[in-house]
Amino acid sequence: MEASSEVNSDLARERSRATFDKENLINFLYGGPAAVRKKRYLENIIKQDPVLQRGRRWAFQSREERADTGVWKHLYVDKLQADLGVTDVKEREYLRDAAAAHEGYVLGLHFGMIIPTIKNQASEEQQKKWLPMAESMRMIATYAQTELGHGTFIRGLETTATYDPKTEEFILNTPTLSAIKYWPGGLGKTVNHCVLMAQLFTEGVSRGIHMFMVQVRDLDSHLPLPGIEIGDIGPKFGFEEMDNGYLKIDNVRIPRENMLMKYSKVLKDGTYQQPPSDKLAYGSMVLLRCSITASVAKCLAEACVISIRYSAVRRQTEISPGGEEAQILDYQTQQYHLFPLLATSFAMQFAGNFIDDFYREKYPDIAKGRFDFLPQLHAMSAGLKAFSAWTCSAGVETCRQCCGGHGYSHASGLPKIYVDCTPACTYEGENMVLMLQVARFLMKEYSKLMNGQPLSSVVQFLKCDLTMKSCMAEEVALKCLVLAYQHRVTRLVADAANCIQDIIGEGKSQQEAWNSCTVRLFWAARAFCHAFVVENFVNTVSEKHLDEKTREVLTSLCRLYGVHGIITNLGEFIQDDFFNSEQIQILSHTLTVLLREIRPNAVALVDAYDFPDTVLQSCLGRFDGQVYQALYDYAKSSPLNEKEVLDSYYKYIKPAQMPNKELFSRL
Amino acid sequence: MATTTGVNSDLAKERNNSTFDVEELSNFIYRGPEKVKRRRYLHNLATKDPFFRKFKPWAFQTREEQYEICLQKHLYINKKCKELNLTEPVDKFFYTEAAAPHENSPIGLHTVMFIPTIEKQGTEEQKKRWLPLAESLKMIGTYAQTEMGHGTFIRGLETTATYDPRTREFILNSPTITSMKYWPGNLGKTTNHCLVMAQLYTQGKNCGIHMFMVQIRDLETHMPLAGIEVGDIGPKFGYGTNDNGFLRLSNVRIPRENMLMRYSKVLEDGTYVKPPNAKIAYGSMVLVRAAIVTDAARALAQACVISIRYSAVRRQTEVSPGGEEAQIIDYQTQQYRLFPLLATSYAMYFAGRFMYDFYLKTTAEIEGGNLDSMPQLHAISAGLKAFSSWMCSAGVETCRLCCGGHGYSHASGLPKIYIDVVPGCTYEGENNVMMLQVARFLMKMYGKLQNGEALPTFMQYMSTDLNKKSCMTEEVALNCLVMAYEHRAARMIRDAAASMEKLVQSGKSPVEAWNGSTVMLTWAAIAHCHAFVTKLFVETVVKSRMDSKVQSALTSLCKLYAVHGIVENLGGFIQDQFFDSKQVKILQKKLMQLLAEIRPNAVAFVDAFDYPDEVLQSCLGRYDGQVYQALYDYAKSSPMNEKEVLDSYYKYIKPAQNGKYQQYSKL
Ligand SMILES: Cc1cc2nc3c(=O)[nH]c(=O)nc-3n(C[C@H](O)[C@H](O)[C@H](O)COP(=O)(O)OP(=O)(O)OC[C@H]3O[C@@H](n4cnc5c(N)ncnc54)[C@H](O)[C@@H]3O)c2cc1C
Ligand SMILES: Cc1cc2nc3c(=O)[nH]c(=O)nc-3n(C[C@H](O)[C@H](O)[C@H](O)COP(=O)(O)OP(=O)(O)OC[C@H]3O[C@@H](n4cnc5c(N)ncnc54)[C@H](O)[C@@H]3O)c2cc1C
Repeated sequence: MEASSEVNSDLARERSRATFDKENLINFLYGGPAAVRKKRYLENIIKQDPVLQRGRRWAFQSREERADTGVWKHLYVDKLQADLGVTDVKEREYLRDAAAAHEGYVLGLHFGMIIPTIKNQASEEQQKKWLPMAESMRMIATYAQTELGHGTFIRGLETTATYDPKTEEFILNTPTLSAIKYWPGGLGKTVNHCVLMAQLFTEGVSRGIHMFMVQVRDLDSHLPLPGIEIGDIGPKFGFEEMDNGYLKIDNVRIPRENMLMKYSKVLKDGTYQQPPSDKLAYGSMVLLRCSITASVAKCLAEACVISIRYSAVRRQTEISPGGEEAQILDYQTQQYHLFPLLATSFAMQFAGNFIDDFYREKYPDIAKGRFDFLPQLHAMSAGLKAFSAWTCSAGVETCRQCCGGHGYSHASGLPKIYVDCTPACTYEGENMVLMLQVARFLMKEYSKLMNGQPLSSVVQFLKCDLTMKSCMAEEVALKCLVLAYQHRVTRLVADAANCIQDIIGEGKSQQEAWNSCTVRLFWAARAFCHAFVVENFVNTVSEKHLDEKTREVLTSLCRLYGVHGIITNLGEFIQDDFFNSEQIQILSHTLTVLLREIRPNAVALVDAYDFPDTVLQSCLGRFDGQVYQALYDYAKSSPLNEKEVLDSYYKYIKPAQMPNKELFSRL
Repeated sequence: MATTTGVNSDLAKERNNSTFDVEELSNFIYRGPEKVKRRRYLHNLATKDPFFRKFKPWAFQTREEQYEICLQKHLYINKKCKELNLTEPVDKFFYTEAAAPHENSPIGLHTVMFIPTIEKQGTEEQKKRWLPLAESLKMIGTYAQTEMGHGTFIRGLETTATYDPRTREFILNSPTITSMKYWPGNLGKTTNHCLVMAQLYTQGKNCGIHMFMVQIRDLETHMPLAGIEVGDIGPKFGYGTNDNGFLRLSNVRIPRENMLMRYSKVLEDGTYVKPPNAKIAYGSMVLVRAAIVTDAARALAQACVISIRYSAVRRQTEVSPGGEEAQIIDYQTQQYRLFPLLATSYAMYFAGRFMYDFYLKTTAEIEGGNLDSMPQLHAISAGLKAFSSWMCSAGVETCRLCCGGHGYSHASGLPKIYIDVVPGCTYEGENNVMMLQVARFLMKMYGKLQNGEALPTFMQYMSTDLNKKSCMTEEVALNCLVMAYEHRAARMIRDAAASMEKLVQSGKSPVEAWNGSTVMLTWAAIAHCHAFVTKLFVETVVKSRMDSKVQSALTSLCKLYAVHGIVENLGGFIQDQFFDSKQVKILQKKLMQLLAEIRPNAVAFVDAFDYPDEVLQSCLGRYDGQVYQALYDYAKSSPMNEKEVLDSYYKYIKPAQNGKYQQYSKL
């Protein structure tokens, strides 16, 4: 980090005012002093690497340049990882983030999704054949699932794979316009193979969706093979480096052995063998979903670092005439926007840790065919993914707006964080669709409750007595906050279940009743996720060994998270008079008290994320707070300034100033 | 519009199912059949002009191209408007909207701010000198207000203009890094003059902020003049076509006559003459704020057109096994996210229309010397600007997310609408700051109420009895809805005042008490704006003359706007038991009923906005609903597909496959 002599004085003062030692919190977040040292060591290697210093910042590059830069940077990081012998997942990520935090990795799906899929879904023989090729990048692949017409409803995919027993081949086709594969990352220009999801037809019967390894480009010339039309899908909101692609297939034949056959099989004669369970194909999807919570939490954390540091540096408006202008961080409205988001970033970080551990703990059982925990794992991973992606991406935008005009410039780094973060609301399961899956789980648990059956561990609280009132008192105990959230879920679950019952009572089908109550079901599912995140935050600050001062600060944040969530969703908490009006007063008063309480530690809390400037890439979020010099430098290096007078001046403006010359007839 | 033969059958069916005549609603929105015809005529003039059709879509252009192409278009528009004798602002607007949709003009501030400011603030002599030059584009100007360090707090601007009576000149300086101008539109590369806002010093005294005409570039060579450093501020979230600029002045001398002196003056000897009334210079800012309300409404309307048409075409998920997949617009959750936004777009459109009329009426009074309505004009314009830009820009993002994966592509047109509308939250008065100004007005009104003084009509709701309960019954009458909003606003105003009062009594200064209550004050201001917009919507549908079927459909939409706002902000309405629990249930149920009621008219409601495809520029929002073909065409024409194999393949990937990384030593 930069020497403190150059640090903006407001920021330096903030740091000296903190009531806790931020190193303790850093150690807590990153797993101890040794891990933190390693992290910084790796980040420093990147910072000093001469190769990575080359090239302009991403914002100054055209999309084509960015795609190009993205490829070499990431391949270079791969090489560094290998040279340094870095194998730990987190340590690999520190290197990659420090080198190319905001540049998409076109081979990311190859390593992150395809190799695991081969391991999980391919037979021993297939693995032997493909893994070495994949690991050496001779084979570069992606996962081709989504089509123009179908993303959510996988069973509706239209691409076909028809088995021909005569030649022992599958014939692949995208028979309609809407069957064209559209969106898979890296598909457009990068890969030479893909794992294609298609409807299997054999012996004249449709057998549902299966996976096929398909070569799409020549291994040497990289040109598309016959029958393959493939390309990039064009510019997007973000993800510019990524060649998300489209693929049209016309009678492409692949050998029978190219169907991924660990579980289901097609024999030579075309006989179809079902998998032992259709749940087995499910694992890698969940894994990716589980990782999203932590990654969107990181987006929000970065946005908080930027906006809170900037708010400490930025001064705007004299508080009293002729007096000093206030740091905008001192405005209550600014705190009201930012501090709950800071709390949210921690809450989501901890929720991400939870779901990661949960997956690690339960997945081995599932892989062995024991499915007891599958419904919970599914519900929790779906719910936390959707809830965190919505909350964090909206939060990033709020952080951006809190930086005023400068937040709108790419110099702030914030627009980029947003466009990287927001698609998490859509991919790996569209959020609303996932919420309704959570709701389905809740309805099942609710009917267990009604039938006196035992409940899954994560919903034990559904047994609580709905007529009970809140225990909330002046001290705003964490326990009473958790109870309030659980009460709210329980009531909303009951409401949704009643809604369905009522409509069935009117003579409608189960299906119609469900669709007429999905808004209420969504409310229940959202409240469930919220309650879980609150409880998990409370558990994290209560149980984990932390020094007292750090715990105090984290507890304030945790309380703020709980109280703010109640105030901003008050109706759902008080509709049944769970809180009385005095308790409401207490809560809204506590909200402002907490904002004040957190104020002196705000900068130390964001410092504790310990993101180097190379990761933030923000003129506003710099550790040294020298934001104005950085904004000036950014402006001076704008590509539009390479020429003092642009050609368009001579070509268009000058002639337009001379009214008689017919400029546009010549164009 | 496309001929019906090619229209997607689902969309055609939707159009047959509506309960009202779309044309009648268009007539109502645009104030009569003549105006609708005129609007279409102007749109057609632009869309049929081959000049505008010859450029590639903006998403495929580099930033440099975006600027250059947009500049050409706008110069052409200027010329055309003259040729066609389009002088009315609305006429120009509709023509431009279709000619260069979503392309922020690189010379726009010249006509929108620069010329009007000369007209309003210049002396007769100055007008005579500058206006002809400006009209002929010999002089191209902008308005240079915001500095790197100050946007909100104008009195804190640091640029200085010091009068030198010896040479009768002002000496202009940017004395600090934070004092450099940063953000003014078109300042970077396009303009050769600007109106600089600077601190005036004369006879050793600071006389506050004044405006100075400063030439920054040579009229022939377009090179920056001595003492001027000027350039583009670099890439941003959006506004790629606009060269928002920076400007540093060092000892630039301009003649005394270049200070805009209609109101305040500096005499030859340096004597400063104050303006007769400090507020007179105020009008154009209000006009721009009023325009933002309509801009925001229009952006949300376009996003609704796109997402609702697409939701009628998109089918996803079998509702019962083996059955047809449902149109996603039939999912209650989809309706719940989109229809309230549809209602909001109408609500905001009517608010914008009101704002404009109110502006005209009030400025006429002000010009006539009657300043009574000035505080109201200010409060209403600030409040509606902030409320509409927040609601509409968040709404546009929701529309985008409702389109699933395809929403994220620039093919959808939605990301562009978002990045164009969202800075409306920041410029022309940062929204939080605006809301606090509204709050200040409300507190003044509250003081009047306490003193028994008369209140302006639109504030009279404050005097209602806060102990009264809601009149809401099963029929959910519009007047009970309006009363609910007014009750909530009145209560929140009282609570905010009470909070300040309490802090003052506990010994805090008024300033501290204010800042200790700004969160509550903001809540009150938002509730006030929400009540205002709701009431306006209700009055518009109840009191206007229109076709009865249109009226009944619009009434549902208006009800939805109001009911949804209550359900989503329930806490604020029930924390004092204004609604009892039965009434809450009625409202929640009504919400679901209204979604179902609006469903058959959803497409007709968006068709009525009557946006040609050329304005929407969206593969998903096309009138004919041929979305998949359009998405496929978009992908095929992606610039990344110009080469079948990208250079990066040979440069980086191929060597990496062979384990060779030596290319990095060459980079
Ligand atoms: C940046 C990005 C990268 C991507 N990368 C990949 C990739 O690498 N590989 C790949 O295969 N795909 C990829 N995708 C595609 C992505 O997986 C899909 O977009 C996603 O699964 C959502 O599906 P959809 O687009 O069909 O949305 P839709 O299902 O069409 O959703 C549209 C709307 O309909 C609603 N809806 C749909 N079904 C229901 C229902 N049953 N009940 C209620 N509401 C419903 C949704 O809530 C949503 O509001 C990517 C997408 C993006 C944006
Ligand atoms: C696309 C775009 C175009 C622009 N075009 C122009 C142009 O043509 N000409 C021009 O002159 N400018 C232009 N601007 C600049 C714009 O006018 C300013 O950014 C705007 O006025 C906001 O000021 P700021 O950036 O100083 O925000 P700040 O005031 O720094 O706001 C940052 C944060 O501080 C908070 N805050 C500030 N003061 C207070 C207070 N007193 N009380 C409570 N909270 C406070 C705000 O709520 C906000 O959250 C443009 C900006 C953008 C994004």
